[in-house]
Amino acid sequence: MSAIPMHPIRNLSRRAALLGLGAGTLLLSTGIRAGAQQPARRFGGDAMPGGVRDDPKTFISIAPDGIVTILCARSEMGQGVRTGMIMIAAEELEADWARVRVAQATGDESRFGSQDTDGSRSTRQNFTAMRRCGAAARQMLEAAAAAQWRVPVAEVAAENHAIIHRPSGRRLGFGDLAQAAAAQPVPTALRLKDPASFRYVGKGEIGLIDNTGITTGRAMYGIDTRLDGMAYAVVARPPVYGGTVASFDAADALKVPGVLKVVPIEPRPIPSVFQPLGGIGVIATNTWAAIKGREALKITWNDGPNGSYDSTAYRATMEQAARQPGQVVRNDGNVDTALPQAARRIEAEYYVPHLAQAPMEPPAATVRIANGQAEVWACTQAPEATRKNVADRLGLAADKVTVNVTLLGGGFGRKSKPDFVVEAALMSQAMDGRPVKLTWTREDDLQHSYFHTVQVSRLEAGLDAAGKPVALLHRTVAPSIASIFQPNVEHQAPFELAMGATGLALAIPNYRVENPAARAHTRIGWFRSVSNIPHAFAMQSFIAELAAAAGRDPKDYLLELIGPDRRIDPTTLGDQWNYGEDPAVYVMDTGRLRGVIEKVAAEAGWGRTLPARHGIGVAGLRSFASYTAAAVQVAVGPGGELTIPRVDIAIDCGPVVNPERVRSQLEGAVIQGISLATLGEISFKNGRAEQTNFDGYELTRMDAAPREIHAHIMPASDWSQPLGGVGEPGVPVVAPALANAIFAAIGKRVRSLPIRDQLAA
Amino acid sequence: MATLTVNGRQVNADVDPQMPLLWFLRDELGLTGTKFGCGMALCGACTIHLDGTAVRGCQTAVGDAEGRSVTTIEGLSPDGNHPVQVAWRDLNVAQCGYCQTGQIMQAASLLKDTPNPGDDDIDAAMAGNICRCGTYTRIRAAIKQAAAKSQVTEGASR
Repeated sequence: MSAIPMHPIRNLSRRAALLGLGAGTLLLSTGIRAGAQQPARRFGGDAMPGGVRDDPKTFISIAPDGIVTILCARSEMGQGVRTGMIMIAAEELEADWARVRVAQATGDESRFGSQDTDGSRSTRQNFTAMRRCGAAARQMLEAAAAAQWRVPVAEVAAENHAIIHRPSGRRLGFGDLAQAAAAQPVPTALRLKDPASFRYVGKGEIGLIDNTGITTGRAMYGIDTRLDGMAYAVVARPPVYGGTVASFDAADALKVPGVLKVVPIEPRPIPSVFQPLGGIGVIATNTWAAIKGREALKITWNDGPNGSYDSTAYRATMEQAARQPGQVVRNDGNVDTALPQAARRIEAEYYVPHLAQAPMEPPAATVRIANGQAEVWACTQAPEATRKNVADRLGLAADKVTVNVTLLGGGFGRKSKPDFVVEAALMSQAMDGRPVKLTWTREDDLQHSYFHTVQVSRLEAGLDAAGKPVALLHRTVAPSIASIFQPNVEHQAPFELAMGATGLALAIPNYRVENPAARAHTRIGWFRSVSNIPHAFAMQSFIAELAAAAGRDPKDYLLELIGPDRRIDPTTLGDQWNYGEDPAVYVMDTGRLRGVIEKVAAEAGWGRTLPARHGIGVAGLRSFASYTAAAVQVAVGPGGELTIPRVDIAIDCGPVVNPERVRSQLEGAVIQGISLATLGEISFKNGRAEQTNFDGYELTRMDAAPREIHAHIMPASDWSQPLGGVGEPGVPVVAPALANAIFAAIGKRVRSLPIRDQLAA
Repeated sequence: MATLTVNGRQVNADVDPQMPLLWFLRDELGLTGTKFGCGMALCGACTIHLDGTAVRGCQTAVGDAEGRSVTTIEGLSPDGNHPVQVAWRDLNVAQCGYCQTGQIMQAASLLKDTPNPGDDDIDAAMAGNICRCGTYTRIRAAIKQAAAKSQVTEGASR
């Protein structure tokens, strides 16, 4: 290790409280914070309910044989967090990667800090904490060695899983020192490594920590839990959100061999938050028998207030709303006076339907209840919320519920909601605590998800004689995620509006965003990158439409609209949320946005002559405190057959811990973006989702995927730059770049997703 | 009662012969590497080998496997080092990993029939296996790498 600077500590007293002391003290520290009347708003991980924890005694253990085990408190769902978070701590610990293991933390935010795995926050908000954690443990090993050798601690240093006494060359392995190091006080002044000496972080040379388990079938997901004496359950749920069971007859179901019990589930009225939808559970000796038993149930449903929800009719309702003024949520200049004076006015409406996250592993959980305690195994993105909701429903204290977090076979926001785990708990309760595994079938998943919202955006712009926009009005209409938490919600929440609508930096003097009312008629929830999807589709498509109207190159026009390089306080853009981050640290940096757009344009060969019916489209966006852009290349056949030979995607997310996983996230985001743009739609009729499986809700497959995806990572200026998010920002730029490419290829403008067969004829 | 061979071991299946192999393998034998994704042969997560050929476990009844040989991901290779498994690890194909056991079983079946597949062969063989994380470009690359390595190995042993 090179010369080690003393790490500047922002708040020593708080550091002392956070490091090395037990949970009781942490609670005390929270109490002090609350009582100290700190009016200053907190940001990032500190603003999350569970906060950030960096106690090495919580996260790191070292066995006498030298094996280092590091806890991962975030859920692994493909983003690589079990590899990346461990890598950060191991780096500062100066551990040998071959002797590092990962263990998964149970759900307990009082010990581990916030465990919500969403919002592209895990690495962004825990990078520094995991560094501190590893550095503190390293210093405890160094102190233990120095004490054993009776030498000044300044003469010893950690190097590749051992502590070396520099003057004498003596060496003690981590395992030899483990016990003595554990008895050392946790240091309050930390010496972090010089990033120039990083061996793992930023290198991208370490493979997935779960690679062997995944490729041999031994990796355990939520659906894979097996316990002695376990029963298996599925649930028949009301087909309409807010519906109830009017009557049911279980006689035939109980005759199915293997069926053990039929159990009604009491629904929670709208808004149901994270609690189950209700219905009838069927418990059996295996999953197949439970499914057959459910098929034999005779149930009459009351559909309730959403029984007439029809997504085609509702689209017309939203379009009508978008043609009337709505709540003003951002207002620069005066659109009302500027639009009539414009040389030219252009209007367009865009539509993005409901989507289902459809993780390949459907929701599944196992619960066992014994001696007044419940133990849970679940593929959850929200371990603490899971714990609280199970505890509430069973009437237990939260500390009587243990949540074991399995691997997640995809999450994409669906598994942030633990309704399915509560169902499993109720099934176990009905079996006197016997372990019960509850599985959602694909039909359950597609019909009862917390769906991505449905959205209409109406855009109107006024251009001057040179084709430059002088005014732009965006009316965004969509049911809000807030509708699952509160009754009668009619407007999008600030965080939804900030995703691609209010928070944009545009060199347009008169810019207004309005949010007309819209009510939810099904459960609405987070879907990877959330409202950025419809907002970016509308805005980035519309900007290309304006470029076409002005007879300009769409990439040059987009860059001109972003304007000269400047660093803008997001709160001045009508975005008070800023993904929870400090607006003084996480600014809107238009130069970085320009950078990613220019990168993908250059990599894609923007401006070169293409064959007939080929085109390249581009889009760029700041989201989740990162900047992304995509350049999509298409070829459209004579019958409208769409092929996408190549996509370039770039991210500027500040310093990068694991470039290999950042690239894989971008590659996956391209596919997910293509999937929702070309195929994705959940529609409703009579309150019921019309799609039941992957025949109706189609996803992009190998034969429609680009043969080439090039993911580009913009280099960070240095390690002091704040980290941005990675999991979500790749998604929203893909659909508009694809629509823009189609326009470039055949002159047809797609304004409604999915594209499906719109290009025919 | 059906008698079949699973990963080289004879198994007596004392279950409803209509039960899909998927659930028999997972719930009765504890072979959870075979995944449930759709139950309708639409996603390929439950891909296994029946007498050496890829089939969907959710659409193959236990009764249909009477006297036949079933291979799951747990039995694809004795040490987890089938060339396809090695290539998957080399290229860090997986994201969440859930569909990958089915992808690997499908790819192994493809390479058995078509040792040096082109892009169109890969599209045709793999289009039945959905990956929601979107790892298709790496799956394609891993199949090609496994094909290349297998041929080098075969050449060397001759």
